[in-house]
Amino acid sequence: MAVLYDIALKVRQHYAAFAAASRQTLRLLPPTLAGEQQVVAAAVDVLPQPAERGDRQDFFGNIATDLVFGGAHEAIVYALTARVRREPGRMTLPEAPPVAALAQEVATIHSLAPEAPHHFLGPSPRLPYMPEFTDYVHAILPAGAHAAAAVEAVGQALHRDMAFDANATEADTPALEAFHRRRGVCQDFTHIMIACLRALGIPAGYVSGFLRTTPPPGRPRLQGADAMHAWVRAWCGREVGWVDYDPTNACLAGSGHVVVARGRDYSDVAPVRGVLRSAGGQTSRHEVTMTPIGEEPL
Amino acid sequence: MPQPTRRQALEQGPGFAGYHPRPDGFDELLDGEGGVRPVWRPFADAFARLSEADLTRRAARGEQYLHDAGVFFRRHGAAGGGGRTWPFSPVPLILHERDWRDLADGLVRRAELLEAVAADLYGENRLVAEGLLPAGLVAASSAWLRPLVGVLPVSGRHLHFLAFDVARGPCGRWHVLRDHADSPAGAGAALETRLAAQRVFQELFQDSHVHRMAGFFRAFRDALAALNPVGGGRVGILTAGPGGANYFEHAYLARYLGFMLFEGEDIAVENGMATVRTVAGPHPLGVVWRQLRAGQADPLELDEMSRAGVPGLVSALRDGALTAANALGSGVLEDPALAPFLSRIATVRGGPPPDTPESWWAAAARAAPRSTAPLWVQGALRPAPATLRLFLARTADGWQVMPGGYVRLDSKDHAAAQDRGAIADIWVVSDGPVPVDTMAAGPSDTYIRPLPGTLPSRAADNLFWLGRYVERAEAAIRLLRALHLRMAETGVRDNPLLASLRDYLRALPLDPHETVPQGLLDTLDAALVCASRVHDRFSIDGWTALRNLNEAAEDKARTARAGDDTARIMTGLLHRLAGLSGLVHENMYRFTGWRFLILGRELERASGMASALAHFADPAAPEGALDLAMEVGDCSMTYQRRYSLGAQRNTAVDLMVFDSMNPRSILFLLERMRSLITLLPGAETHGVMSPLARAVLRAHAAIAVETPETVDRAALVALGERLDGISNLLSAAYLT
Repeated sequence: MAVLYDIALKVRQHYAAFAAASRQTLRLLPPTLAGEQQVVAAAVDVLPQPAERGDRQDFFGNIATDLVFGGAHEAIVYALTARVRREPGRMTLPEAPPVAALAQEVATIHSLAPEAPHHFLGPSPRLPYMPEFTDYVHAILPAGAHAAAAVEAVGQALHRDMAFDANATEADTPALEAFHRRRGVCQDFTHIMIACLRALGIPAGYVSGFLRTTPPPGRPRLQGADAMHAWVRAWCGREVGWVDYDPTNACLAGSGHVVVARGRDYSDVAPVRGVLRSAGGQTSRHEVTMTPIGEEPL
Repeated sequence: MPQPTRRQALEQGPGFAGYHPRPDGFDELLDGEGGVRPVWRPFADAFARLSEADLTRRAARGEQYLHDAGVFFRRHGAAGGGGRTWPFSPVPLILHERDWRDLADGLVRRAELLEAVAADLYGENRLVAEGLLPAGLVAASSAWLRPLVGVLPVSGRHLHFLAFDVARGPCGRWHVLRDHADSPAGAGAALETRLAAQRVFQELFQDSHVHRMAGFFRAFRDALAALNPVGGGRVGILTAGPGGANYFEHAYLARYLGFMLFEGEDIAVENGMATVRTVAGPHPLGVVWRQLRAGQADPLELDEMSRAGVPGLVSALRDGALTAANALGSGVLEDPALAPFLSRIATVRGGPPPDTPESWWAAAARAAPRSTAPLWVQGALRPAPATLRLFLARTADGWQVMPGGYVRLDSKDHAAAQDRGAIADIWVVSDGPVPVDTMAAGPSDTYIRPLPGTLPSRAADNLFWLGRYVERAEAAIRLLRALHLRMAETGVRDNPLLASLRDYLRALPLDPHETVPQGLLDTLDAALVCASRVHDRFSIDGWTALRNLNEAAEDKARTARAGDDTARIMTGLLHRLAGLSGLVHENMYRFTGWRFLILGRELERASGMASALAHFADPAAPEGALDLAMEVGDCSMTYQRRYSLGAQRNTAVDLMVFDSMNPRSILFLLERMRSLITLLPGAETHGVMSPLARAVLRAHAAIAVETPETVDRAALVALGERLDGISNLLSAAYLT
């Protein structure tokens, strides 16, 4: 059953010193994705009023909102409100070709379109080549696993070996460091899982989005619902295509997950990316709610 | 054909003995039989006639030029210290224009092919769709910039300036070893190499019908200026700044081409337009010749860690408000993995004629043996493997190849030579006279004179502080000299005057127990850093003088002994400083930049004088303090001439504060600051003075109404505070 959600997000960035002029790019607006989710309405309010503002689509098809702030400001508040109809997504793991056969399938795709798997195989800005993950992932992978099963196996292994800890890492903690500590938040779980899958030759990317705040009756509350969430997208062959998997909760991402942006890693989807000329640092606070307001049959 | 007699002549000359290329390779100088190739004969004959002493002298001339003016050959750290020298081999590589034309034609075809590939990779992506390029190869390249996909450059072209590393194989055919398509470096080095070689072989160069390079640069300069999408927009070179590689080359090229030199912080993107922050406010920017790796160019959409770029630059390009040469993302063409596919793409696209050798398009030739050319090592010529760096610019008439460039001669095969090899000039020679060409604009040229008010705020800031630091150093040197002179004269290590002087030094802060205090070295270093950041606006001689001054001070700091020795060292440093000031005043274009430099100097000087007088002209100051103040203020001679008696407070104060004939008096300095400030942009709006102009007038008036009797310590301290306030107002109005 499709679920209709109301989403509210508030991001407050506070600067240690007054920021003079600054430029920011937001990736907060969820897009409509055929067969996955439909945006009924969505808007971002920004305070103070930016001097310039414009929406555009980035390479991966995400909605990027460019903002320019003129005068000095101490803090910026972004408030997203959205109503999104989310389709149920995959309930079960699909059958996919063996991991070893993926390389051949990838090579038959003569395309650099945003959805093409080629973008998601090699190193990316936040995920350079890290041989450490190769050893880990080969130790946990069942022999002869097919691609989708491998995705699940890696996700479950990480869920088992890593602890969710909101205080262990920062937004810019490298994936390898979080992996060594065996703890982190959804961003760390997602980055580590992507690195593991790429080490196997499975194209994998980063999804940022929202998680249903209160679970359906009788189901446990999911980790990461208090802030923006992140999970993994893995390409499991031409037939199956992309599989969304949430390693923080060791489950397929489905009707409880609403997509905001997709990319190779966090750097492609950062909800707020900004450059400001200011001395001193900045702090930011997020508050999220995603509430189902109704369910509709398919 | 073998030329035994010529070979003999060579053997007799000092340089050629022992020049024995490998028999299985291709040598540029000698043919397979050991005879000198025809194109080299005039040079080889003249060279063989030079005596060993003459050769050494000539080589030294080239070295001296590079040491003094060297941009590429001498690289400096951010603080101006150290530096490294690229060996220069004075003997050029000589190519006949016929040979050259074939090479140049091939390079132009390659440039056109690369443009087509860039257009496709950021456009329709047909090469991937048709299987001519593997998608994975492109996707894996960190130089394929996804935010630029679908962005058509407003100039219609991705590539405007290219460099190729080229070598000749054993059969005499040319191969491209590397493509430089992102932000090719080395054009400045090519110019410098040419100037150095010209100094070594003056007459020979004149007689050799060597093609000149100025026409190439002029055509490129004009082509860039013509790309301006903004009416009245500026054209400039975007550099990563003094911290980045090749900064001095960028400054050199900016000066040579008459372009502005920008760092990321000079540029802002507002309302879809790129603007330069200048002392007269924001100014539209139309074209940047990018000397900054594309990934660094915009931290907002490209490498988020970059501190050198311009936030929003990609959005200005997307809006078609700015031309970048080369377009961001051209670096994808540099990927060596791409090279093997170029050949097929060329064939399918009907690119080069079918007789073009396959090897032309293959980078696999990288490991293949290269031809050898003469490398000058320890007074003799040796054959060394040669790699040519050649440059192409897109001009109004299409791609032009720089007739010249430089050649890297590797010394790996020769244990005696330095391991990095050396750089030599490339002479493309004609059988008859060639047009003599300079950068000076011809009657039909669209020469763009830099307009007033385009001084970037960052440059103004650095000039202002350069003025302050140099003056601060001068004051410190005078004080230190006074201290050590007195110690030497009296033989006394301590008395009330010395104690008072030491207290004063400590507050500056200069440790009086160090002969050449670290505080002085730091000030000189700060001056050099400022100068290095305005390298494009500061004369090479001025820069050399400042660098030599720093080196001398650091050098002496190790050995100086207190007393007479240090006093003499300080006098030496003062002479060097006077030389520097002379160079600045004689050679610097007296416009806005110069005004900021002088404002910095006058402000620092007035402030130093006020504080010295507050300390030493106080009635409670020890005996001899007044003489010391006049010595430090460089007024002793004037005073003696005028008053011919021991220093009296009122006459001394009159001279140093009020005398309008004394260029170091406070009133003179304030008067001058006032007149300089009225010439700055925005000093007066509709008859209303700016806060800065008012502050200077107020400071001037506050002193002018005093008399020598009434100017006391409190008045001088108050003046010091006013001057600090003026410095802050100046910064707020123009420099941030």
